[in-house]
Amino acid sequence: MLRLDCLRAVYSKLENCLVVTIMGATAAELHSLGHRSNFFYLQHAMGLASSTGLGLALSLRDQKIVVFDGDGSLLMNLGSLSTMARYRPGNLVHVVFDNESLLSVGGFPTATSTGTDLEGVARAAGIPTVLTVRTVEDFSTTVRDALDGTQLTTVIAKVEPTGPAGYVIDLSLVENRFQFRRYIQSLKR
Amino acid sequence: MPVSLTSSKVIFDALKQCDVRLLSALPETWLVHLIRMADEDPEVILIRLAKEEEGVGISAGAHFAGVKSAMLMQNHGFLASINGIVSFAHLYKIPLLMLISYRGSFGERDPWQTQGGNVTEALLRAMAIPYSFLDRIENVERRIRQAQTLAESSLQPVALLLTRDLMWEE
Repeated sequence: MLRLDCLRAVYSKLENCLVVTIMGATAAELHSLGHRSNFFYLQHAMGLASSTGLGLALSLRDQKIVVFDGDGSLLMNLGSLSTMARYRPGNLVHVVFDNESLLSVGGFPTATSTGTDLEGVARAAGIPTVLTVRTVEDFSTTVRDALDGTQLTTVIAKVEPTGPAGYVIDLSLVENRFQFRRYIQSLKR
Repeated sequence: MPVSLTSSKVIFDALKQCDVRLLSALPETWLVHLIRMADEDPEVILIRLAKEEEGVGISAGAHFAGVKSAMLMQNHGFLASINGIVSFAHLYKIPLLMLISYRGSFGERDPWQTQGGNVTEALLRAMAIPYSFLDRIENVERRIRQAQTLAESSLQPVALLLTRDLMWEE
């Protein structure tokens, strides 16, 4: 399963969500499908995409939030799972693309390649719904159902360790950040 | 426990007067009353963290959402947050109002706090984070308001160091 195919399969569903991605391949691939002002790419600060999603979800209870996380990023901030589980906002969907690799920094294998089970970790942390998917069809159905549902969900998507040729996108970090905030303010008018 | 209830109340009220509606916190002795006040106030969202760096992401999310926030932590929590501050708050121009209990400074009896006390201000200066002290109850409201104003106008982290003189009564 390719991450790009997963993103493509749910792209239309993201139109009415606030989307936060991690750095590297995930940001570049979502951007390549067509940038929208409701997408925020966290191009550094590994581990904090899920925390950002939690802050959004608890501040905007009527808004659906999607975080596209990765195994390397989540492993840097496993405590985030326990914090998300503690407040379990039903408007947050946490997708973890697990390619068992720190792909964007050279492809070093992460601990999920040697047996760490992120589904088990998330479930034991107290996330109410945790699912692992291995096909694009399952990914699409699971993420769409989670977005239509009312329970905090973590989806572990097992994907190939492949990505785009480059990671730089034609959008400055600060421009993206101001655009994202302005989009959210426009929802309140 | 000789943590000042009076000072804690003045700090909490000052945060609310600045429209702070979301507080992230990792418990530490000096913050005990502040965290309880946040927990009991229905107008404030309290998020108890596993590690302080999470608070950077949470405050960024709140900022995007138009909600004013503050972070409550010990100076060792500030040390644990440094990458998030640099590679999120500084990189993306995110306002952070950080209230940091200044452990390990003059009067500290706990040996394990002392090394963090040595480096706190040096690190704030190295990171070009504007900071000031909450040391006298008469100044608390104004300092918090000024720090919040600067964080919002400059779109960057601003720190207030909570001192022993303000927080500890014995």
